[in-house]
Amino acid sequence: MTEAFIYDHVRSPRGRGKQGGSLNPITPMDLTTQVLQGLRDRNQLDTSILDDVILGCVAPVGEQGANIARVAVINADYAESVPGKQINRFCASALEAVNAAASQVMSGQSQAAIGGGVECMSRVPMGSDGGAMAIDPQTAYNTYFVPQGIGADLIATLNGFTREDADAYAVASQQRAAHAWENGYFSKSILPITDHVGEVVLDHDETVRGDASMESLAGLKPAFAMMGDQAGFDDVAIQKYPEVEAIDHVHTAGNSSGIVDGAAAVLIGSAEAGEKMGLKPRARIRSFASIGSEPTIMLTGPAPASLKALKLAGMDKSDIDLWELNEAFASVVLLYMKLLDIPHDKINVNGGAIAMGHPLGATGAMVLGTLVDEMERRDLETGLVTLCIGAGMGTATIIERV
Amino acid sequence: MNNTIQYAVDNDGIALLTIDLPGKSMNVLTPELMEDLETTTSKAAADDAVKGIVITSGKKAFIAGADIKDMVTAYDRGLSHKEAAEFSFGLNKTLRQIETCGKPVAIAINGLALGGGLEVCLAGHYRVLANDTGAVLGFPEVNIGLLPGAGGTQRTPRLIGFRNAATMILQCRNQRPEQALEMGLVHELAPVAEVVEKARQWVLEKGDPEQPWDKKGFKIPGGGLMHPGTAQTFMVGNALVAKNTKHNYPAPISAQSAMFEGCATSFDDGLKIESQYFGLLLAGPVARNMMRSLFVNKGKADKLARRPEGIEKSKVKKLGILGAGMMGAGIAFVSAKAGIEVVLLDTSQENADKGKAYSEGLLKKAIDRGRSTPEKAAVLLNLITPTTSYHDLQGCDLVIEAVFENQDLKAKVTALTEAVVPESCVFASNTSTLPITGLAKASQRPEQFIGLHFFSPVDKMPLVEIILGEKTNDEAIARSLDYIQQIRKTPIVVNDSRGFYTSRVFSTFTAEGIMMLAEGVKPALIENAAKMAGMPVGPLAVTDEVTLELAHKIGKETAAALGQTYPADPSQEAIQAMVEKLDRKGKRFGKGFYAYPEGATKHLWPGLGEHFPVSAEQPDIDELKKRLMNIQALETVRCVEEGVVTHAEDGDIGSIFGWGFPPYTGGTLSYIDTMGIRNFVAECDRMAEAYGGRFQASEWLRNRAEGNLPFYD
Repeated sequence: MTEAFIYDHVRSPRGRGKQGGSLNPITPMDLTTQVLQGLRDRNQLDTSILDDVILGCVAPVGEQGANIARVAVINADYAESVPGKQINRFCASALEAVNAAASQVMSGQSQAAIGGGVECMSRVPMGSDGGAMAIDPQTAYNTYFVPQGIGADLIATLNGFTREDADAYAVASQQRAAHAWENGYFSKSILPITDHVGEVVLDHDETVRGDASMESLAGLKPAFAMMGDQAGFDDVAIQKYPEVEAIDHVHTAGNSSGIVDGAAAVLIGSAEAGEKMGLKPRARIRSFASIGSEPTIMLTGPAPASLKALKLAGMDKSDIDLWELNEAFASVVLLYMKLLDIPHDKINVNGGAIAMGHPLGATGAMVLGTLVDEMERRDLETGLVTLCIGAGMGTATIIERV
Repeated sequence: MNNTIQYAVDNDGIALLTIDLPGKSMNVLTPELMEDLETTTSKAAADDAVKGIVITSGKKAFIAGADIKDMVTAYDRGLSHKEAAEFSFGLNKTLRQIETCGKPVAIAINGLALGGGLEVCLAGHYRVLANDTGAVLGFPEVNIGLLPGAGGTQRTPRLIGFRNAATMILQCRNQRPEQALEMGLVHELAPVAEVVEKARQWVLEKGDPEQPWDKKGFKIPGGGLMHPGTAQTFMVGNALVAKNTKHNYPAPISAQSAMFEGCATSFDDGLKIESQYFGLLLAGPVARNMMRSLFVNKGKADKLARRPEGIEKSKVKKLGILGAGMMGAGIAFVSAKAGIEVVLLDTSQENADKGKAYSEGLLKKAIDRGRSTPEKAAVLLNLITPTTSYHDLQGCDLVIEAVFENQDLKAKVTALTEAVVPESCVFASNTSTLPITGLAKASQRPEQFIGLHFFSPVDKMPLVEIILGEKTNDEAIARSLDYIQQIRKTPIVVNDSRGFYTSRVFSTFTAEGIMMLAEGVKPALIENAAKMAGMPVGPLAVTDEVTLELAHKIGKETAAALGQTYPADPSQEAIQAMVEKLDRKGKRFGKGFYAYPEGATKHLWPGLGEHFPVSAEQPDIDELKKRLMNIQALETVRCVEEGVVTHAEDGDIGSIFGWGFPPYTGGTLSYIDTMGIRNFVAECDRMAEAYGGRFQASEWLRNRAEGNLPFYD
């Protein structure tokens, strides 16, 4: 089997995902185009070597719709021979895109490909694509659908994670992200985004609050209590988990991932393609896996996905030097650390989506890039990146430096 | 023609179709009426002299709903899903034919139109509704396990949007005329005498023969399925259906699905989808159970099906109530509300006054909510006389004692009462547990002594359990039934035994729940199992409500009366421990199985785990649900075997309206019939093995299962 290598990673900064956010005036097409061009230009890439551009997008409708990957390829002035496809594995879409690119390389059907993703949540709001899962009566009823936030609160309830636990985790995320930014840990990957006349509109993650404290977070209202109570979702969740008397709504806007705009791209290729491109590989993709997990609680997939990826790689969890788990909600990370017995100083060491935001279709590539950068900075060998996913899934990828 | 419609064409060329079912006080949608509707509208459509059609009713109401006579038997007849769907599609075809007949059709809705009646209205192009408070429009189908299967799920959202349609179809909320006009269900309101004329005018002046949904470019009001607001409506609506039904009732989600799926397609395909979902419901057991118990048999009970023949109809003019506590006060209220003069007697004037004040409180609330007026309230209150004097009971037709559950006390008040009331007076005890035959021994006229078991709170609970003592005669039964009809409650009639029927069976539910606690089942799992099985409240919560202290007391007294030991089982041991050792006597005492923190919601007492250690291995929720349901059904069977319950209808209605046994089952006996009596006995055998002798099926039941004899033929 051909080996697949990571040659480079570029991402946009993450802008606050609403009107007034710095990236809100930038269209998803423009944002994706700038990222694809950024990746090309800094590597002086002859794009005709690419066999595919695979981009994740979770709400692929409106201006994000109609296969944004292929159209961005055209718009970015890539060679017209490069095809593009948009995929949707919900929150792990961009990691799945990287894994798909790697699969094509490993199977010998592609020599090089880009995996990445985009989500402009300020312009195409979450849920714009509808979906049977929540709105089709038969589906929602038969599958005990509840929104993610209820699942996150259910994880906390079942495991006894308190509001204080979740807030303490969030404070650490903010402090770590602020510290990483202050010390330039992200600078390798960040591509400042510009407007029509070339002025930079954003060069840093916009939502980081290094001064967040237990006190400031304590003032925030539970985000999913009203939805759980008045819309009946708590009751639906309890029907699936009848050992629970009541759901403890610990999550707030402060200890959940932020709504942001962003895009990211990762260049994948074989060793041979690397030589042709004149690039040195930064890491090898050891294994990857996606799994399905219980869909009502929805967010418990990372641990089984990680274990599956470890098994495929013939590795043990003790073989992993550094971990990245998307901070969708604090309880998701707390549960993962508990299940895999991972110390906090080995996971999400530069913060995560609680501080910097979670542009759904792009995050998977961003956390992968963050892991590569940090493994290089710390001179570590192995890393595992994973995300929890809507409808009960998990995707994980294991990389090692070369 | 079946003569259900009078057909007349006037000089202006308007065909007036007057629906008037011969020999009935109300129009109901029958197969005959549907046939006549089709014939008469076709005739009008084909007649060149006819410009348009006006449909109205010759009775006070327009159409009260569909005749469910044939529907209630569908499941037992083994009607297939497909056949049941075809039945609905037949209705749909007829109504679709009317709205596409090419001539304008206006409906003059002169009175209430419910269910199928409203569906007929919606097939017209124009609707004029009588501006009369009684002229309500609504869809009650979901309440009896069905959905509007004659276009209701398709026309309603296309007419008034998904949100309003869901309110009407899923929540079965009736709309008054002004609401119906506001939401666009009707086009015009008019005095009842003018509805036909207004409908005629529309036909003559405007007369558009095309429905909005048949016009090009039609859009659903408030947004179609691609609208973000609609997505939100369905997302929340779906969850609320799951919450409210606990997945036990298929009708609401089916109606929701028919709206969702049918409104993204052509109107004609939408009707087919609706009929398919209707077919699934009609051919299923839940609709049978709900129609049979909630509609047919409850209706029969309300019409006093159990009233002995040959006894003159009676009316209570003056009622005496002994004991002005919670129950006495409640009985006083509902009786005064029915216009009965009430003497409310207690040992002190203060207590008696307090009993009357209960009615004042209820009336004040009703006035605040616009459901009563100060004038009406005053009339009602005037009927209640609080007193301490037995002399005031003179002239009572009926006396109900609601004093403490103490045999000697009850004997004493019986004697005091009989000393003053006329010889014809019926004496009733509202005891919830003490055998009536025993209490009747204190009476000079045991044949006029009867049990009238009300449920708390009396003003809300619809059932009265009539208990016959050994000597109770037919006249006392008939007069008690007449009284219950007078106060608009639903009666069941049972024979005497300790706890009679309802209290006796209900106590098995709470005991089983507490037994689970003693076994080490997680308390939340017990409570959720009960609620998911469809019980309104968990066994621990309800025991807290009635108080552990009372459960303890009844347990001890029953054991003493029967010469048994107490505590006899782990549930009684648990109750004893809670009361005597842990001093947690129930909600009224501020602590029980639950903790009741001030200003916050109650929650299961965390200390329970210490005294009733939770097992590492927890049982499956479905097994717990079955235990809680089967034990109630089995105890009901014992009541049938012992002759306490003599009619399956009484068993079912009593269980649903007495203690909230879930209506989807049809009641405790329909529950068994639905699963099959042989399966039920097999389950009892398995559970007797696993959980103890209380699940043991008797020989009588075994024989019944052997013969595969259901409780309903």
